[in-house]
Amino acid sequence: MMGAYLFKRTLSLIITLIVASIVIFIMIEVVPGDPAAFMMGLSDNTEAANAVRTELGLDASAWQRYFTWIFGMTSGDFGISYTYRIPVSELIGQRLLVSVPLTLYSLILSTMIAIPVGIIAASRRGSFVDTVLMGLAQVGVAVPNFWFAIILVLFFSTSLGWFSAGGFLGWDAGFFQGLKALTLPAISLALPQAAILSRIMRSSILDVMDEDYIRTARAKGLSKNQALIDHGLRNAMIPVLTILGLQFSFLLAGGIIIESIFSLPGLGRLVFQSIAQRDLIVVKSIVTLLVFAVVMITFFVDMCYALVDPRLREGAQK
Amino acid sequence: MTKFPISLWVGLLMTILFVMAAAVSFFWTPYDVRELDIASRFIAPSFSHLFGTDHFGRDIFSMIMVGARNAIGVSLLAVGIGIMIGVPLGLWAAATRTYGGGFIDEILMRTNDLIFAFPSLLMAILITAVFGPSAINAIIAIGIFNIPVFARISRGAALSLSSKEYIMAARVSGKGMVRISYEHILPNILNLLIVQATIQFSIAIIAEASLSYVGLGSQPPDPSLGRMLNEAQTMIFFAPWLVYFPGGAIISMVVGLNLMGDGLRDLLDPKTNKAKEEDVVA
Amino acid sequence: MIRLIIIILSVIFYPNLLSAQNKITIGLQMEPPNLDPTAGAASDIDEVVYGNIFEGLVRIDQYGKIQSGLALSWDISKDGRSYVFHLAEGVKFHDGTDFDAYDVKFSFNRARAKNSTNAKKYIFKPIVMIDVFDSFTIMITLDHARSDFLFNIGLGDAVIVGEESAANNVYNPVGTGPFKFKRWIRGERIELIANDQYWGGAVWLERVTFKFITDPLSAYTAMMAGDIDAFPNYPAPENLFLFEIDPTFDVIVGLTAGETILSTNNKSAPFDNILVRRAMAYAINRQEIIDGAMFGNAVPIGSHFAPDHPYYVDLTALYTQNLTKARALLKEAGYEQGFTASLKLPPPIYARRTGELIAYQLAKIGIDLKIENMEWAQWIDQVLRHKNYDLTIVSHVEPMDIVIYANPNYYFGYDNKDFQKIIDDIDHSNDKAQTEKLYQEAQRKIADDAVNGYLFQLGKYGVWKKNLMGMWRNYPIRANVLRDVYFAEAQ
Repeated sequence: MMGAYLFKRTLSLIITLIVASIVIFIMIEVVPGDPAAFMMGLSDNTEAANAVRTELGLDASAWQRYFTWIFGMTSGDFGISYTYRIPVSELIGQRLLVSVPLTLYSLILSTMIAIPVGIIAASRRGSFVDTVLMGLAQVGVAVPNFWFAIILVLFFSTSLGWFSAGGFLGWDAGFFQGLKALTLPAISLALPQAAILSRIMRSSILDVMDEDYIRTARAKGLSKNQALIDHGLRNAMIPVLTILGLQFSFLLAGGIIIESIFSLPGLGRLVFQSIAQRDLIVVKSIVTLLVFAVVMITFFVDMCYALVDPRLREGAQK
Repeated sequence: MTKFPISLWVGLLMTILFVMAAAVSFFWTPYDVRELDIASRFIAPSFSHLFGTDHFGRDIFSMIMVGARNAIGVSLLAVGIGIMIGVPLGLWAAATRTYGGGFIDEILMRTNDLIFAFPSLLMAILITAVFGPSAINAIIAIGIFNIPVFARISRGAALSLSSKEYIMAARVSGKGMVRISYEHILPNILNLLIVQATIQFSIAIIAEASLSYVGLGSQPPDPSLGRMLNEAQTMIFFAPWLVYFPGGAIISMVVGLNLMGDGLRDLLDPKTNKAKEEDVVA
Repeated sequence: MIRLIIIILSVIFYPNLLSAQNKITIGLQMEPPNLDPTAGAASDIDEVVYGNIFEGLVRIDQYGKIQSGLALSWDISKDGRSYVFHLAEGVKFHDGTDFDAYDVKFSFNRARAKNSTNAKKYIFKPIVMIDVFDSFTIMITLDHARSDFLFNIGLGDAVIVGEESAANNVYNPVGTGPFKFKRWIRGERIELIANDQYWGGAVWLERVTFKFITDPLSAYTAMMAGDIDAFPNYPAPENLFLFEIDPTFDVIVGLTAGETILSTNNKSAPFDNILVRRAMAYAINRQEIIDGAMFGNAVPIGSHFAPDHPYYVDLTALYTQNLTKARALLKEAGYEQGFTASLKLPPPIYARRTGELIAYQLAKIGIDLKIENMEWAQWIDQVLRHKNYDLTIVSHVEPMDIVIYANPNYYFGYDNKDFQKIIDDIDHSNDKAQTEKLYQEAQRKIADDAVNGYLFQLGKYGVWKKNLMGMWRNYPIRANVLRDVYFAEAQ
């Protein structure tokens, strides 16, 4: 039974990935403007522009370029950036060194806030504390993270001088230096995350508290909180973890604006600049990477659910 | 009539306030937002200019009214697209699964997942790079990402309803797939859709703000809250009102909508409101 | 452990390493796409490498004057066609190879080759012959006397590169300049270190870091916080005054070679009608634009020429704001009710702000402009390449670029035989007085024909720490030459 489901799901996955790659390729093809012209700037120099075009392999037909790209990717070769003339994989690698830690940092921060808040709010449901916490969460969700970033920079960099205003010296300048540079950005990203997560945490706990096994535990004499922590927390965490997993990819690219404000050499800014510079090879690769990451994560999450709950293998509700 | 939760009251009030301001802006604003008056720039909030003026001498209060109108307009249309396309798709998917082999359902759900997998801000930026920045393209970009949300919700709800007796009865009586979907299923998932719509609406407002912050979305001289924030960044040191008021407007609109959504959910959620079963339209 | 020993030894023998003063961090808004100024047009590249990593036969100083470079002196033949350059001896490239006349020949041939990606090939087109007399003497012969040749070879597109290293200059630039390339963390910064073997003598700075800060808010906070020492062209003129009132900073507003203009598509109706163009010129209020968009920090211009150049003639009085006249002209042209048109704007903030003001001003005479903000790639594609536009606002930062008006295929679409004759005469001119007269004629002609709307000269907003000396105050070319830069001792 499991085998059949696994097979079906894997097939589905591969088809999804292929379709995704075609969609991405077509989308990028449609983007007008070409990198060679962009590189020539205001100078009017068609001869030089054509020379650049040949150099970059832009003359080849669409099919040729698609297959070169796909086969290249499977062997880890993402091509050469039009703008920077270095391998795209190298560019992406450098940026990941900033974006991945930043994403993890903000996820950790938001979880550290969300879990206690969610638990407290749930255990004191309906009370003043609950209302205040959930009210704050409402505001937290509503705050645009770039607005929050500006305010943070204003207070902590300019007025207090605790943190540098931006930039990232690189991990070789010291681990704590690097962490310091990522702190304000991580907080800006973490705030709306924490707000959403705490609401989910709270409702997830409330759902769990209604479950039978909690009632049993309480009947056995455990206090409300003890019952929750010993038995319920693990199950309550499942929806939270699912969301966290999906947020990872979203944050990787969604940091575009934050990276811009804090001058961080991250993935989001790279893709943003590449779109502006028509460095389409970089754009293609990053979008593909992100899409693949999410599709794979969904796949694994589904696998885990299927392992745990046989009903899901029939391909019924999600 | 069941008691309205307080969140609903507050949310409704806030939302109506903004909608009214937006509506009024069609006919009247304290000052003309297209009038540039360099001599009157950077005036702090005062009696003549409630929220102050910007670097071109434009009245911030008037700009927020119009900006709110643009934000609401874009979000409304984007969510509208999501509902108009997403709900029928979801219902169809559910129907094919219940009655047919589920192949179409599979394709639709995979496509859904695919769209979900794409980082939305990035895609919106790409779309506007292809088609040029404008309010219309922002609507399309945000709308596209609303479709899978509504498709998934309607599908899920429709599937859970399809096992109910009255649906079975309708099938047995020979009613077609489409009729059943629209006569029996749709009215019962309406509440769910309404709640989700308010949430999506608030998400769309932030999305619109983000897009116009990076310059995609309503173009000048149409005021746009996100763009106002971007332009105000470097001037916050001597004109902080330029950042506080537009930011506050966005936050208030979103909070208002979310509160309304929460309130509606508490009001209409079958778990807390026993009236649900009897209200079924048979 | 070994690292520790090396560090201690280095400090003992090179105490300079401990001194924090000999390094500088400079903020730049635009990151160059690569580091070879001869392989594509980006003044962003020059801002990092010109005069620092790469040098040319001659160099342009901060006053726009030609100074000796790798060529210590030169003789020009009577007919103005041949230049004999006497090159500096004992110069080494950063990779240790020697510099000589063959490198000059190589560089120029590489630039003018068929497959060259040099954006200013026109500099090299007139070259008919390159003769290497000996290792340090080279003669270049042109098709005819050209008054701008010497200036042109002082530009970044004509720097001298080494035969062995040229191909890799895009990411590992090897030049003869006072600073060597150390590393480039893309998206973040470029690091240079002093060239101990520099033929021009020792320079004060040991380490240079160019930090890329695109966001204007970040530029402010970084500067205020002291994270960077200098912003040669600070991107936010609106809060410049906050630095002016702060005693720890110096604010020097200089000029660039950037004429900010309202480019008009002379080939597209109704802009092909001179009456319409003149009407627009009468509707524009330059001072309002300078105050509103540049916060007072710009110089108005009446034609396409830099105000600080000796050949400049002030034509700002030719068209001053006169709405009655403007409306009358429009009526005469048959557009009493006005008309609608598009205004395509590239990303720079000066273009966006100026655009809103222009739209507002022209609306007063009935011209309704629809603003279309776009990125550079779109702008270059639609406006520059395909000339698919009505109006746009951009700053032309190349020095002495009034010659573009002689090209009927340039995106202005201005095709005027009289003007082309003037430029042709300048090309062949061998006499300074004659050249000056011709340039003035050229300025008058395009102002009179109202080819474009002439707005203001883009300023250079230099902000740096008070004790920093030697920074360029103007941008006759977009370069940040650091050879003479140093921190004065704090008193």
